[in-house]
Amino acid sequence: MARTTISSLFGSSPVAPLQSHMASVQECIVELVPFFKAVLKEDWKKAKAQQKKIAKLEGEADKLKKKLRLHLPKSLFMPISRRDLLEVLTMQDKIANKSKDIAGLIIGRKMTFPPEVSEKLLDFVKRCIDASKQAQKAINELDELVETGFSGREVTLVQDMIKTLDEIESDTDKIQVKVRAALFKQEKDLPPVDVMFMYRVIDGIGDLADLSQRVGSRLELLLAR
Amino acid sequence: MEYGMIFLGLAIVFGLFMAWGIGANDVANAMGTSVGSGAITIKQAVLIAAVFEFAGAFLAGGQVTKTIRKGIVDADLLSSTPELLIFGMLAALLAAGIWLLVASRFGWPVSTTHTIVGAIVGFAAVGIGFEAVHWGKVGTIVMSWIVSPALAGIVSYWLFRSVQKFILNTDNPFENAKRYVPYYIFLTAFMIALVTMFKGLKHVGLETTIAQNYGMAFIFGLIVMFVSMNYTRKIQIKPEADKDFHFANVERVFGVLMVVTACAMAFAHGSNDVANAIGPVAAVVGIVQSGGEVATKSMTPIWILILGGAGIVAGLMMYGKHVIATIGKNITELTPSRGFAATLAAATTVVIASGTGLPISTTHTLVGAVLGVGLARGIGALNLNVVRTIFLSWIVTLPAGALMSIAFFFMLKGIFS
Repeated sequence: MARTTISSLFGSSPVAPLQSHMASVQECIVELVPFFKAVLKEDWKKAKAQQKKIAKLEGEADKLKKKLRLHLPKSLFMPISRRDLLEVLTMQDKIANKSKDIAGLIIGRKMTFPPEVSEKLLDFVKRCIDASKQAQKAINELDELVETGFSGREVTLVQDMIKTLDEIESDTDKIQVKVRAALFKQEKDLPPVDVMFMYRVIDGIGDLADLSQRVGSRLELLLAR
Repeated sequence: MEYGMIFLGLAIVFGLFMAWGIGANDVANAMGTSVGSGAITIKQAVLIAAVFEFAGAFLAGGQVTKTIRKGIVDADLLSSTPELLIFGMLAALLAAGIWLLVASRFGWPVSTTHTIVGAIVGFAAVGIGFEAVHWGKVGTIVMSWIVSPALAGIVSYWLFRSVQKFILNTDNPFENAKRYVPYYIFLTAFMIALVTMFKGLKHVGLETTIAQNYGMAFIFGLIVMFVSMNYTRKIQIKPEADKDFHFANVERVFGVLMVVTACAMAFAHGSNDVANAIGPVAAVVGIVQSGGEVATKSMTPIWILILGGAGIVAGLMMYGKHVIATIGKNITELTPSRGFAATLAAATTVVIASGTGLPISTTHTLVGAVLGVGLARGIGALNLNVVRTIFLSWIVTLPAGALMSIAFFFMLKGIFS
């Protein structure tokens, strides 16, 4: 006698799980800061521990993702489209994946960055994390959006958040140019293969902000329906 | 009349059994949204349900009882064989009681109302004759089953939109909630009182004019409004409540409204659903007491209404509160602001139907109302499978109730004559 007509009418809302997934992703990505600090100091023991932590947190986010996907049957009637929701989830998850990839690549090759680059690189990482933090902030408004039925002030509020997110992202683009320029000045003195991978790491970090921005733009699609 | 007392006893036992079943299962559906929204505790829900189900049955249950009792079967055809109507009504009660037991065992979303109407139509059409059924009236009833969820859905949609417009989407939702919630409370109390005044109170010995009805409903609305304003006024913003969810404080104001609409819902449910149990009892009692007179003009005796109300409360106390507790845990997505929109829309629809004497399904009406809020994009996730199973249950319940009551009808006929 657990289910009656009224109680079976209510499915489990995807909003809270989506938010906790994003929180889990954010937990994972912020660990990149201590990770990069350790790498730049060439403290490989600490860096290795951080990398493990990131991998573990990524796994947790993955679990949440799978759980949410399984709980979204087609018969569910939601204020947001199922497809858009799943895309937001995928984007969020990619942020965690990317963080893990970056950390793994650096540890695997024991990459040492030239000191001229390191400070800018750390700024770059931090700014990209700002972007994902802003994306999380917007995602956290989803329950308020449901409360207001996706209309009025709340929509404007979230749109403003997404605008800020876009600004942060373009900020990271500018920093990325600077990091690349700094590396370019040093690259002739460094082993070419290492430099190739450094560029790849820089691209990866930039992707974090890109992905965060895409979380925002998917959210915007949810609003527009 | 031969076996008169036995018929009377059987009718009361079956009727009580039905009423008990309604209290155990059906009431939980009516109260679940209020408990789930967190506005009232389970204890409060049981208390509200006990008081207002009873009041609804007693004050406004007369019309639907009359329909079940003598609106579906053409009693004039039976003036020479009154015992046939008695067998039929007993059979219908038994059939409905058993079908509901089976259905709740398997968790099917069947409606008490649909079952009893199907059962009565079944025994009348087969046991007595096709022409013994007021098909026009039955048609109206069946139409009302489709109209009532739709109407409740439309009302809840617009209620919720009005909440968005006046409260949630404003610069200061908390202050606006405090300002406008009393008006919703007034509206709730006014609607319920008005419909009750219009249709229900004759049997309590209160004859009123239209102007008096409006006047008294207005005054009643004002009283309820001022009483609850005492509570809304006291609510202060707790900044820490808004940390996770910005509307937490606003919802606390809506909690007061939710209490009022929960009362309205219980009242509405009592006014409509108790008739399913006691309508047939009233029919049997009418015939036995008048010594075999079928086309009785007398009103439904008050003690039968009280009997039905008591049966519901007993079912609620013994079993229903556990079901309410389970439902309350499952419906946490419904905040008081949308819970109120759904509940008020359903309660209004049901009370209007009660006033018109139409037996409708409270649960299905509430489902329609919740879907209305969902259409306004107000609920995280709704399981549309339920809508499909409800349609299926319509198709299955009517023949099932009918077939069983036909079988019981011939059985009783064989035993007693």
